[in-house]
Amino acid sequence: MVATQAPTEERVWQLLEEVSDPEVPVLSILDLGIVRKVQVQDQAVTVTITPTYSGCPAMNTIATDIRLRLLAEGITQVTIHNQLSPAWTTDWMSQAGREKLEAYGIAPPVDGTATGHLLNLFGQDTAVRCPLCKSEHTHLVSQFGSTACKAFYQCDDCHEPFDYFKCHS
Amino acid sequence: MQVAPSDTTALSAYSPEVRQHLFQYVLQLADTSLILGHRLSEWCGHGPILEQDLAMANIALDLLGETRSFYQYAAELEGKGRTEDDLAFLRVATEYRNPLLVEQPNGDFAATVVRQFLFDTFHFHFLQQLQTSSDERLAAIAEKSWKEAAYHLKWSSEWIIRLGDGTDESRQRLNKALANLWRYSGELTTPTATEQALQTLGIIPEYTRFQEAMTAHVAKVFAEATVPVPQETYMQRGGKEGRHSEHLGYILTELQYMQRTYPGMTW
Ligand SMILES: [Zn+2]
Repeated sequence: MVATQAPTEERVWQLLEEVSDPEVPVLSILDLGIVRKVQVQDQAVTVTITPTYSGCPAMNTIATDIRLRLLAEGITQVTIHNQLSPAWTTDWMSQAGREKLEAYGIAPPVDGTATGHLLNLFGQDTAVRCPLCKSEHTHLVSQFGSTACKAFYQCDDCHEPFDYFKCHS
Repeated sequence: MQVAPSDTTALSAYSPEVRQHLFQYVLQLADTSLILGHRLSEWCGHGPILEQDLAMANIALDLLGETRSFYQYAAELEGKGRTEDDLAFLRVATEYRNPLLVEQPNGDFAATVVRQFLFDTFHFHFLQQLQTSSDERLAAIAEKSWKEAAYHLKWSSEWIIRLGDGTDESRQRLNKALANLWRYSGELTTPTATEQALQTLGIIPEYTRFQEAMTAHVAKVFAEATVPVPQETYMQRGGKEGRHSEHLGYILTELQYMQRTYPGMTW
């Protein structure tokens, strides 16, 4: 199906809700909070996104996926802007996104616990709730997990190893 | 990457001379994170334990992301149609502007940790100040990368402490690495003529502004590691002006191999 009239901004937002994070497919890019702005002028659509981490390899895939989703609606003139400032923060992740993450087995970010406090070496990390048994008796295994946005934890009660989506603000 | 940066600084506001300085300087920043990121990536699959293998790969990836932001900006500043890839893959060693520290070989894990710690200490404090640059683009890149640099510094600081206050073996290796690498730390905060010109214009911070904070951090970490802070020594420099150790040539041979052999190749 090819749209003949100009797409509305509202429609574009609906379509973006269907684009998922390639690394955490239960999250849409809106849940993730990386879409800053949508502008529509006649047939031309501009989507402004903010990268989560500067080296995040998913950003290229996300840009391609946005184009493909819009293209499927007949929207061919798509510009994707990459905006660095203000820098992305996990505060922009939606509540629905946080719930989806936990159900998927990844502990959602605990707000206000960003690691900027570097003088707090070996400092105990945030109480992160185990996504499996919900215990808060967990410990950090490594600050660096399977992707740039995650740290690696283990539950002391049920022993489940799990990813924690790091707070970044 | 097809994503176009939207934060545009009015490049035309700069005089040709300032713009040339800025181009050289942004290249220096890009080259620095590229070469260090490449060094760290050499550990991939060889780390002492899986978690640390992943940590180094993660840090390398952050540095590579920063690299791309800087090369993209450098390409715009130059305005001669060269792309980020051209700048990374098609320049010769003497055109690289990275300080000598980051091209030093990985050595053992202690050497990698020391190199990283010396760099991270500078990088973290530098990016913190660069966020107030009058150049909006540099300020935006700094804002993004500074958050990541905080994780890196925490990682390398903790490892200095573990190795120093660890076993006889780890302590001995740490001391050996310090004896080899400390001499490369001074170049980071010794401004070149290009850096001085940009500091005078307020485009980049005076390094003296955060020297004290750096020294304090190093002292604190070394005290916890129960290792003395190395004595003042003759500091090696030259990398930021294109005078490199023999190591850089080997790195570039590997890094540029595909583009040199099959020009313009993509996949
Ligand atoms: Zn559990």
